[in-house]
Amino acid sequence: MYDIARYEEARTVDEAVALLAANPNARIIAGGTDVLIRIREGHQPSAELVGIRHIEELSKIELRSDGTLSIGAAATFSRISKHSLITHLVPALGEAVETVGGPQIRRVATIGGNVCNGATSADSASTLFAFDTVLQIQGPEGVRLVPIREIYRGPGKVHLGQAEVLTAILISPENYNGFGGHYIKYAMRKAMDIATLGCSVNCKVGTGNIVEKARLAFGVAAPTPIRCPGAEALVEGKPFSAALVDDFGKAAAAEINPRTSWRASREFRLHLAEELSKQALVRAFIKAGGKVQ
Amino acid sequence: MTSTISGRTQKITCTINGEAVTMDVDIRESLLDVLRNRLYLTGTKKGCGVGECGACTVLIDGEAYDSCLFLAVWADGKHIRTIEGEAKEGQLSEVQEAFVESGAVQCGYCIPGFVLSVTALKEQNCHCDRESLKKELSGHMCRCTGYQNIIKAAEKVLTEDK
Repeated sequence: MYDIARYEEARTVDEAVALLAANPNARIIAGGTDVLIRIREGHQPSAELVGIRHIEELSKIELRSDGTLSIGAAATFSRISKHSLITHLVPALGEAVETVGGPQIRRVATIGGNVCNGATSADSASTLFAFDTVLQIQGPEGVRLVPIREIYRGPGKVHLGQAEVLTAILISPENYNGFGGHYIKYAMRKAMDIATLGCSVNCKVGTGNIVEKARLAFGVAAPTPIRCPGAEALVEGKPFSAALVDDFGKAAAAEINPRTSWRASREFRLHLAEELSKQALVRAFIKAGGKVQ
Repeated sequence: MTSTISGRTQKITCTINGEAVTMDVDIRESLLDVLRNRLYLTGTKKGCGVGECGACTVLIDGEAYDSCLFLAVWADGKHIRTIEGEAKEGQLSEVQEAFVESGAVQCGYCIPGFVLSVTALKEQNCHCDRESLKKELSGHMCRCTGYQNIIKAAEKVLTEDK
């Protein structure tokens, strides 16, 4: 049995915030694929939990009138990857979340949990960085919007108050319209594994086959997911070429700070970063309609 | 409406293998704990306990889930199927037959989970090719067979439909 001292099920976001605010020891549980494992390992003794998995509004995936794609924080990976708005507007995100765990895990694990756990290896994170995602967070003081880049505090830590609930992940049209995107997860196995390195590239093609816009983000390349603005600026506005791709890879590797862990050494991760960013740029460029000889 | 659980138990109503069940479950229990320890449905196996091996797979509303990572309180209102409900009147299901015929079973510990995942795919009319079938079954580990005959059994049942 899990060491759970208290469990309350919220039916609305307001209720979840109220339950959290009323009990400083309360923590959120959504899909539970990380939280239950933490409890099992003894990291959250006598856990007091507020369940949010049955809050209907949190699993909605919808397009707002201004074109913003809103993904409910408790939407599961399997729902996200199959949803028509995702496959049409941000297919790279659907492909990225299909690499999480296995099918059973993807049916319960949520995209909001993936972000809130603060793991640098989260398979959705680098792609959400590449889309310049904005997080909608509700707390006792109301609703606030935060760019995903500002939410991470360190490994496993995010700037989220104890009574705050991540409610939606927002991608605005200027960040997906015309973009092609590609995520590469490098891991030892094709399924049920944690990324050794995750690399996501979104790009846009301009007239004359130029790389009009490029966004590069990594997971496991630093203590938190990161973007590589230097590598992006280096290729933007330039005609696509093999040499440009090489430069992109080198700039990416120069911009990150991976560590040595039991999964891989720093040197191997630097090598992966260079290679994966090149491959992802080529694939993203093709998907965006660009021509590569 | 909030369902605050003041004590450590909550009443849930669900169906298990087609039968309506109402019971008090402990908030600390996983669905796996309830199935095995309270209802003695021990066909659902406990493997890793962390959602990696798939031995505890059951069908919830027709889809495969790891019951070890599923709190029993979440089962309220759900239709749950375990391996015990698959054979009807002494007759193995088509999926079970295919596993037997293909020699897919060795020690058998992982098989209830595999059978249920393949059953869900069959009921969803999955048109999987071999690669996507492998992906669909990637949440299951088998330490005996090397998977080949399991994949063959699954292919048999998923292609015979068409």
